[in-house]
Amino acid sequence: MHPFHSRDDHRAAAAFTIGGVALAALAGGVIASRLAGRERTYSQPEDAPDKTLRGHPADDWREDTVVGRTVTIHRPRAELYAFWRDFSNLPGFMQHVRSVDDLGDGRSRWVVKSPAGSLEFETRITEEREGELIAWESDEDAPVRNSGRIEFRDAPGGRGTQVDATIAYDAPGGAAGRLIAKLFQKEPKLQARRELKRFKQLMETGEVATGERQGPPPAEPVSAPQPKAKPKAAAKPKAKVKATAKA
Amino acid sequence: MRALAWHGKKDVRVDTVDDPGIVNPRDAVIRITSTAICGSDLHLYNGLIPTLVPGDILGHEFMGEVVETGPKSGLKTGDRVVVPFVIACGSCFHCGKQQYSACDNSNPADQADISETAYGYQMSGLFGYSHMTGGYAGGQAEYVRVPFSDVGPIVIPDGLDDDDVLFLSDILPTGWMAAENCEIEDGDTVAVWGCGPVGLFAIQSALIMGAHQVIAIDHHPHRLELARQLGAKVINFKDVHVHEALLEMTGGIGPDAVIDAVGMESHGFALDSVYDGVKHAMMMATDRPHALRDALRACRKGGRVSIPGVYGGVVDKFPIGALMQKGLTVKTGQTHVHKYLPQLLEMIGEKKIDTTFLISHRMSLEEAPEGYRLFLEDQDSTTKVVLKPEWEKGRFQA
Repeated sequence: MHPFHSRDDHRAAAAFTIGGVALAALAGGVIASRLAGRERTYSQPEDAPDKTLRGHPADDWREDTVVGRTVTIHRPRAELYAFWRDFSNLPGFMQHVRSVDDLGDGRSRWVVKSPAGSLEFETRITEEREGELIAWESDEDAPVRNSGRIEFRDAPGGRGTQVDATIAYDAPGGAAGRLIAKLFQKEPKLQARRELKRFKQLMETGEVATGERQGPPPAEPVSAPQPKAKPKAAAKPKAKVKATAKA
Repeated sequence: MRALAWHGKKDVRVDTVDDPGIVNPRDAVIRITSTAICGSDLHLYNGLIPTLVPGDILGHEFMGEVVETGPKSGLKTGDRVVVPFVIACGSCFHCGKQQYSACDNSNPADQADISETAYGYQMSGLFGYSHMTGGYAGGQAEYVRVPFSDVGPIVIPDGLDDDDVLFLSDILPTGWMAAENCEIEDGDTVAVWGCGPVGLFAIQSALIMGAHQVIAIDHHPHRLELARQLGAKVINFKDVHVHEALLEMTGGIGPDAVIDAVGMESHGFALDSVYDGVKHAMMMATDRPHALRDALRACRKGGRVSIPGVYGGVVDKFPIGALMQKGLTVKTGQTHVHKYLPQLLEMIGEKKIDTTFLISHRMSLEEAPEGYRLFLEDQDSTTKVVLKPEWEKGRFQA
């Protein structure tokens, strides 16, 4: 174990160490390799998640591509799982995702926006537990390799569900690749945080908040969750989202 | 439509801009009939609030008539409503606790990062109050888009004029919550720093809640006179030593609760104010808390501190020692407006609360820049400016 050391030391360690932390067991080689070499300063056990470690890839959005965040959503676990499991709902709150089509057998085709126009790639589900967990990974030849893992846990005290998301992007090669990577890696922590917030907004309120004074809604609700907790908010729009997100 | 837009420090103009429309299902569009300039708008006017962009439409105290509704708005076209300045979804964890100004969902995700960075958590959206609070266009305009219109706006029954109910949008519930945060008990003295609109409504509220006495502190003679008319005892801090006066007026115990209804632009004559002014000018601190320092020192041991005055950043020389050693309780926050509306509307209807005494000026929307200037430069006699977008240009009533 190292005493507290600088970010550069961490980088150096990352370059030469493989494995090392519990998160290496995560589905998706991208996440595992990005997390390699991160270690805790103290040997005493503690309860904070590994992704909050200083020097963790998620700590520095300029250099690294693993992002993670937990959000509590005041809706039942099964409902949130079902909504996320239908990947065609994702463009409703992921701004750079244009559409996701189900190809069957856990495979999906994603169309995402980039400065170079639309990009397409396919993903496959690598792990899935009904109501609890969805993990996916892109094909090897995807223009931006990526993987994700979303866990759903009951929140205490009737607060709904804790949604724990970890998403990793891998930088592709070549000039075009770098441009694309820049798009995806532009403050990925921020992007993931915003996407989770939009997901929460959509599930809790039936819409995605915007300060725009005019124009189409950020998310177009067509079917959806009915809140049970508060009668005041009873008139809730259904939250299934059109495959085409707002440009 | 015409709307009052911010263009820079002490530069607001009435511009012609596109009309708002329905964007989300729970939206409504309101045609504004009355809208007020708030003391906190002066923080914007003075350029103290970051993330304001030239062209932003100001105004968070407004009411009017519903002219358009989204499919999930609970309102009907023609409803006459007052709209809370706080935007809240009504369905998140915080709204469930009636902490509406802490709403998780009303601040758009791409705007919420600023408050999350500054405060550790994102705050709710507010109308017309910079991009940090969502970048929502305000109501000093002919029309406004109101999100979550099924949760916020309260329908006003016939028989009540705009002037009777307009202040439900912000300053009346803000004054009420400030007094509620004092947890007033029998025999209590409540000392209020600042006799602006919120301070005056806090005085009124504290007396309704059964305070033995309310002591108002200011230096504007007309504002002190208004406080006296509401039933407060008054102290002019230019004339007397406030701390000594408060001790003498409370039998040496000190005020049981103190209210800072001044906020970040406090000005005093003590050394720390000069120091704060310099630090602020040098961008070394953002807020000038002279009134708050005084209030914390004056509060009795074990007393309550209520802070409705607006602060946005960090302060220097905060008397944490007085706070800790005396065991004070601090309660503050942007107002949970929605929580108080039904109760306060009922009290207005029963004539238990009158707010119309506050209005010093009424003018057309076109005169709004003059309204800002007056409110800033002549705080003694300009107690509240109400803009009437329906009035023809040039109409002005002081």
